[in-house]
Amino acid sequence: MQPTRTIKPWNDPKIRALVFQAAVIAAVLWLAVTLFRNTLLNMEHRNIQTGFGFLGQTAGFGILFSLIPYDESYSYGRTFFVGLLNTVLVSGLGIVTATLLGFLAGISRLSRNWLVARLAEVYVEIFRNVPLLLQIFFWYFAVLQTLPAPRRSLNFHDLVFLSKRGLYVPAPVFGPGMEWVGLALLAALIAVWRLSRWETRRREATGQIFPFWRVAAALAIGAPGLVFLLAGAPMTWSVPALRGFNFAGGGVLLPELVALWFALTVYTGTFIAEIVRSGIQAVSHGQTEAAAALGLKRGQIIRLVVLPQALRVIIPPLTSQYLNLAKNSSLATAIGYPDLVNVFMGTTLNQTGQAVEVVAMTMSVYLTISLVISLAMNGYNKRVALKER
Amino acid sequence: MAESDVFVPKPSLPPPSGSVGVAGWMRANLFAGPFNTALTLVALWLLVSGLVPLFDWAVLRGHFSGGDAQACRSGGACWLFVGERFRFFIYGFYPAGQVWRVNIVLAVTAAAIGALAWPRTPGKRFLVPAAIVGVPALTLALMHGGVFGLPVVATDQWSGLTLTLVLSVVGIVMALPFGIVLALGRRSKMMAVRTLCILFIEVWRGVPLISVLFMASVMLPLFLPEGVQFSKVLRAMIGIVMFESAYMAEVVRGGLQAIPRGQFEAAAALGLGYWRTMGLVVLPQALKLVIPGIVNTFIALFKDTTLVLIIGLFDVLATVHATIVDPAWPAIAIEGYLFAALVFWVFCFGMSRYSQALERKLHTGHKRN
Repeated sequence: MQPTRTIKPWNDPKIRALVFQAAVIAAVLWLAVTLFRNTLLNMEHRNIQTGFGFLGQTAGFGILFSLIPYDESYSYGRTFFVGLLNTVLVSGLGIVTATLLGFLAGISRLSRNWLVARLAEVYVEIFRNVPLLLQIFFWYFAVLQTLPAPRRSLNFHDLVFLSKRGLYVPAPVFGPGMEWVGLALLAALIAVWRLSRWETRRREATGQIFPFWRVAAALAIGAPGLVFLLAGAPMTWSVPALRGFNFAGGGVLLPELVALWFALTVYTGTFIAEIVRSGIQAVSHGQTEAAAALGLKRGQIIRLVVLPQALRVIIPPLTSQYLNLAKNSSLATAIGYPDLVNVFMGTTLNQTGQAVEVVAMTMSVYLTISLVISLAMNGYNKRVALKER
Repeated sequence: MAESDVFVPKPSLPPPSGSVGVAGWMRANLFAGPFNTALTLVALWLLVSGLVPLFDWAVLRGHFSGGDAQACRSGGACWLFVGERFRFFIYGFYPAGQVWRVNIVLAVTAAAIGALAWPRTPGKRFLVPAAIVGVPALTLALMHGGVFGLPVVATDQWSGLTLTLVLSVVGIVMALPFGIVLALGRRSKMMAVRTLCILFIEVWRGVPLISVLFMASVMLPLFLPEGVQFSKVLRAMIGIVMFESAYMAEVVRGGLQAIPRGQFEAAAALGLGYWRTMGLVVLPQALKLVIPGIVNTFIALFKDTTLVLIIGLFDVLATVHATIVDPAWPAIAIEGYLFAALVFWVFCFGMSRYSQALERKLHTGHKRN
């Protein structure tokens, strides 16, 4: 007789998985429905409107600093974009300087010079272990707020002035014809990109080395420079000068922006330094030795052997540090720099009271940025991953 | 055999005098070549021009004792306000007569952490769950009161370093188990569970903590049924735990992915079910691998607790900030923030050193598979 094996239904893993998942989905749905009903009920009791109609209403409050035209008569929807652009501005500035500082400190930590390596280590260990908010407060309240008034501001060669009101820097003033310079730069960049692809293909096919960086630099600087001169140098500098109690001319970086930018740079720089250091250390010593044995020069070893392998380790965590920096820029609200959280989740939310819509909009901005960047990152990872047999 | 037949080697010459001792070390590490020498000189100049005025301001001209703010009029660092306001920084607005309750909680927490951190404490199997359940329960009972005839101290009055520590210890104790569950869910074979976990993790990781705290403080009250109210501290705690458990989940997932398939298969061959496979075989190995990541998340959580001051809670940074804007103490901003920075630095640096030591101790050769 054939022994028949029957599993009791409550012991069948497939059935158990189905039941468990159904229970989980039911619990989550129940929670969502309950929260939704509670929210509707609560909003009704507190006379809070729903919907996104408020975005068209007049905002009626001023914003300290805006990259696009804005005053009190613009709508709440406009405040969203003002805040968003300010967030993008400080994140972009911070990413550039934090990368420079981080690479400098990370490479310094591996320096054969004992003093330089220890200095970089002390920098990393101090600033990594102190909360960012505290550092922002320090630069804003303890340093920038105690600077002298504009009349007695710190003067750097009559070009840059630092005072309580902010950092005054010379600003370029563009004349007619400048758009051609911009176009030339764009064309040069496209040419450099094509050149790099051609160079890679030729090197892989024939092994001949083309002086790519020198040619690329000459193209990217030379072409716009030539057009600039041909157009009659259509650019002058507006230098800040003291008029009465404040400066006129030039550009100004608000103290809030300077403090936030500085703190983000110094704080994120420590994390980038650690990433760079571990990335370089991850390249095994045998690679350097093998490259030297092939007769490559020191610069070539770094550029052709160490860097490509180190970047594979460095870039994914580096991107997540950029994301962290963008998210951390929301601490701006603590010192009143008008970023997205301060303007939209702060003032607009307080005035309209529409917490759900405002919070959802703000969160979805950050969420979109990080999802897009992590998708791009996954693509990059797939491209540079070790192709093993 | 005659004595002279034995070969006696001449004693080896000493190394060149320039390559040993202080001079040799300096030549190798500070003055190797012109570029290196220039670097050393630049670094030395930076150090001297930064440290000398700092030392002069902080120590030589610093004020360490004296009655009140009048003693600090002569310039130089004013440290005596730290002593004057020390109780405020630690306990904040906690009623002065009830401070012994905070002290007991802090002492018990410190003892529990010390006992767990020390490698040879006996009976850790029972100590870990006891501490995880007992310490928060004791904290709530003692600090909030209302039991054993203790007067109630509302959570609004929890402040200063006490609040920072309560928020971070509760956050750490709660975020780890939630993170483990989320990480297991993300690697589950069940579609629905996996999707929900991925959604939860990615949403919280994608937004800044400050927006989570705003959400917890303005949106959470709308979610609750009529009549139910959470205090501000509890709402902040919920926000912090949700946010950090998403980060913890990703750390734990890294460890789970590093466990070779053979371990799962061997456990299945032994007849272990899912929970016993995970609890007895996979998680002990996976968690060991990611201890540095877990401690880094703890450090991040500890630093992140400062953000609660933006939604109006009074942590240690907020108490220092309040003292700085207090007109009774003019011009102490730098000193105040330096003191707060030192407090955070000591905790964070201590944690990171402990994790490095632990990593070295647990490094049993499994890592490079």
